[in-house]
Amino acid sequence: MKFGVVVFPGSNCDHDAFYALGNVLKRPVEFIWHQSQDLANSDAIILPGGFAYGDYLRTGAIARFSPVMKAVGKFAKSGGMVLGICNGFQILLEAGLLPGAMMRNSGLRFICRHVYIRAEETDTLVTNAARQGQILKIPIAHSDGNYTCDDVTFRELERNRQIVFRYTTPDGTDDAGGNPNGSRASIAGICNRERNVAGLMPHPERAVESALGSADGMVIFRSMVEALVGAVRATA
Amino acid sequence: MATSPTEIKVTQEIAAEHGLTAEEYGRVKQILRREPNITELGIFSVMWSEHCSYKSSKVHLKRLPTRGKLVVQGPGENAGVVDIGDGLVAAFKIESHNHPSYVEPFQGATTGVGGILRDIFTMGARPVAVLDSLRFGPITAGNGIDEEEASKNRRTLDGVIRGIAHYGNCFGVPTVGGEVGFEPCYSQNPLVNALALGIARKEDLFFAKAKGTGNPVIYVGAKTGRDGIHGASLLASAEFTEESRQKRPNVQVGDPFMEKLLLEACLEAMQTGAVVAIQDMGAAGLTCSTTEMASRGGTGIEIDLAKVPQRESGMTPYEIMLSESQERMLLVAEKGREREVLAVFKKWGLDAVVVGEVTDGGLLRVKDHGKLAAEIPAHPLAEEGPVYRRPIAQPPLKKEMPSDWFQFAADGTDLTSNFLRLLASPAIASKRWITEQYDTSVRTNTLAGPGASDAAVIRIKDPETGVVKRALALSTDGNGRWCQLNPRTGAMHAVAEAARNVACSGARPIAATNCLNFGSPEKPGVMWQFSEAIDGLTVACNELGTPITGGNVSFYNETLGKSIYPTPTIGILGVLDDASKVLKNAFREEGDLIVLLDGLGSSGSSPNAAGNEELLRRQEFSSSEYSKTLAGIVAGEPPSVDLGGEKRLQECLVALAGVVGSAHDVSDGGLAVTIAESCFGSVAGAPPSLLLGASVSLDGNDPAEFTVFGERGARAIVSVSPTSLAGLLETARQYGVAALQIGQVIRGDEFRIEYKGRVVIDASVAKLYDSWAHSLERILKVH
Repeated sequence: MKFGVVVFPGSNCDHDAFYALGNVLKRPVEFIWHQSQDLANSDAIILPGGFAYGDYLRTGAIARFSPVMKAVGKFAKSGGMVLGICNGFQILLEAGLLPGAMMRNSGLRFICRHVYIRAEETDTLVTNAARQGQILKIPIAHSDGNYTCDDVTFRELERNRQIVFRYTTPDGTDDAGGNPNGSRASIAGICNRERNVAGLMPHPERAVESALGSADGMVIFRSMVEALVGAVRATA
Repeated sequence: MATSPTEIKVTQEIAAEHGLTAEEYGRVKQILRREPNITELGIFSVMWSEHCSYKSSKVHLKRLPTRGKLVVQGPGENAGVVDIGDGLVAAFKIESHNHPSYVEPFQGATTGVGGILRDIFTMGARPVAVLDSLRFGPITAGNGIDEEEASKNRRTLDGVIRGIAHYGNCFGVPTVGGEVGFEPCYSQNPLVNALALGIARKEDLFFAKAKGTGNPVIYVGAKTGRDGIHGASLLASAEFTEESRQKRPNVQVGDPFMEKLLLEACLEAMQTGAVVAIQDMGAAGLTCSTTEMASRGGTGIEIDLAKVPQRESGMTPYEIMLSESQERMLLVAEKGREREVLAVFKKWGLDAVVVGEVTDGGLLRVKDHGKLAAEIPAHPLAEEGPVYRRPIAQPPLKKEMPSDWFQFAADGTDLTSNFLRLLASPAIASKRWITEQYDTSVRTNTLAGPGASDAAVIRIKDPETGVVKRALALSTDGNGRWCQLNPRTGAMHAVAEAARNVACSGARPIAATNCLNFGSPEKPGVMWQFSEAIDGLTVACNELGTPITGGNVSFYNETLGKSIYPTPTIGILGVLDDASKVLKNAFREEGDLIVLLDGLGSSGSSPNAAGNEELLRRQEFSSSEYSKTLAGIVAGEPPSVDLGGEKRLQECLVALAGVVGSAHDVSDGGLAVTIAESCFGSVAGAPPSLLLGASVSLDGNDPAEFTVFGERGARAIVSVSPTSLAGLLETARQYGVAALQIGQVIRGDEFRIEYKGRVVIDASVAKLYDSWAHSLERILKVH
């Protein structure tokens, strides 16, 4: 299984994703330049965190027009796995590959800290190696992670079980108390209806070794490997 | 040289307006053998400004130790460089951006961070960490500070924090440490000192020496605008007056996105092998970069300003040469290979233009559309600027009476409520509200972020294979209050504490960088403080084996004639040979023993004659954080420094990495604060039954407050499992360090200190934590 990590001008977690997938998960991984429409035969695409194009306008608003996003859109429509992390999530929202939008954090400040998120579904590309309700400790680092959507969309998300992760407290009992940014219904990550595209505000690539404070992010990357293997098994 | 009729004729008065004295102006004419035109005058004025030329500090800086077997590059380049093993080097430097941060806190801080980051990647090193040493005026009213001033200080702090966060977070470098201090003297003149660290392969290092006649000189990055003209000379090299707010146009504006592109493009361009030399355009912009590159390379440089990318039309040569627009680089490429270099910048969407070439003859020649605009010998301009041996005079000693000193509470007094107030004071309280606004974990190297260990610890991934072996530890320190009371002792403490912090993380201190923040060098009293501080730094850096590899001097930190406390800020870099052996400062296990390590080898009884002891204790304690916070007394003398004891303690701590469970140095707020902070690591999010508390019993002949809150150096609190105690004691004995078992880590919400058998502090850990952890956000009114 091969991963492709997209590099936009201003991406700054591209190296971290590359390291997590190549050095820790030990899978083939390649950088994909934002001007390229060739996804280098990747089985899964990562849109990494950072400040693509400086995010001076609105997070992800310019990056969605990068040539690579045409290819990523096609890839996703054909069932390819796409994970957007932080800025990557914001870009997926702007590109319309996931529903909803991001607002400034409710405290109006950048927040960087470890948070706890609960896996709400176990049949998505980022959770199928997780237990139902499993709590993961993973850092966030963002100014604009306050997920919002209209009520119709929200009901859709719930009905289609698209809410993949919610913020919560370490023991999983108080979602609102563990919500760092005011996100609607403590949403930390969602997927599309087809369950092959996901966006997360927390950074799993920063939680891949216990020396960094947590290795829980590996659950998410292992899920992607499982998803692909499962898909291959299903078609075989 | 001919002056065009429309140009301002340079006179002595105009030279004076540019900050040049009559002698300096005479020197300019001597070097040119004629009158300068206005552009040349502008160039001289910025190059010879205090900020760029170090004219008042040079004679003193020479005394600093700058050599060592690990030093690859000492002062004089964009950053200092040290060997960290396995073919890798660390480039690091600290710099001030004080005045811009007062005039415009957000942009002042952003451009401070941007400037120091460029200094690092200019060397070919990828930035991996930033630390910030910040000083503000009091953020709470009281003790002579009114609410208006406190509120202004809170706004300044907020702007600076947002600025640092904005730049570092977007650029993608973790901001992992530093310190924040508060004193009234910083109300009108806050300090913003930013330190950056980068890693490179030794053979990939780049230097700023223009070589090879005919080689193209390439301008890269942001377009040049009218911003920041005279930032170095008028803003950084003069004291503040009531009109200083009008200097806002002298502050530059930072664009971290542009800098991120510049970083990636520069490192990629360097990999082509076609880059000969590179320098960033920081203070004094195009002037400084062209002059210094030519001077260092022993060559000349000729450029044509018509080719310089410009943001606005109609800029004069004077404006273009003096602009301090940010995110710009100047590089020299190998002739014939410029296309390779230009292609890299094109890929990253950056302006890159050949603006001139390296020449023989040592002249800086500036043309404008082919017409000569300035012609100055580069070497004299860069190196033969004025050097002053400014008058030095020790200010008359303020006569202190014992009644001015802190009066200790009677034996047996309960100190718990005082302790709670001390923990909540902004200087001691947790800085989490600030550091959570910084991205501390990007680049996935942060083994110990803000507060986790006494130093920030960053692991080193091999640039090619990603394999981790070693880690680097960094700490900054500087106690302005102590330096005000005794600049020599205070400066020694700054080195000792920063190095001790590094040792408490398990790392071996190897090198230093310094940022010297002082008042006006034209005042003999300030120069005395400066000279004393330099002597203190010299002795301490020599003794602790941490040569100074670079930094900067920031004079004129005064407003309306009032100087700040002399504040030398020291950054110490250390190496951990085994990245898995990082020492943190939180207690880990119930039942672990709490041991006080003391490099002075005794319980600290003074060698002075008995009878005077009580007075000496009061004199020393009057300089403490406790005395300032609880009694409003800032007086006396800082604790004396024993560098031999410091060295023994630090070596002992490094040897104990892997043996002890935690290590935390004793500093602001003394033993009580140190032990409490070691308990706090267990609190965040934990139910009371899982809290770790402490039960401590101390003994001695001193007053309880002195023992519990005194700040004498060369000490650290470690925790160790009972089974490892014998090993610890043996190691301590080998290093000549006293190890005194003073208590135990206990399970539960209890924190108790006994002195001479009587309880002096008895509180719930959760309550102490609440005072300490939430104080800043309460003061800054955020939720």
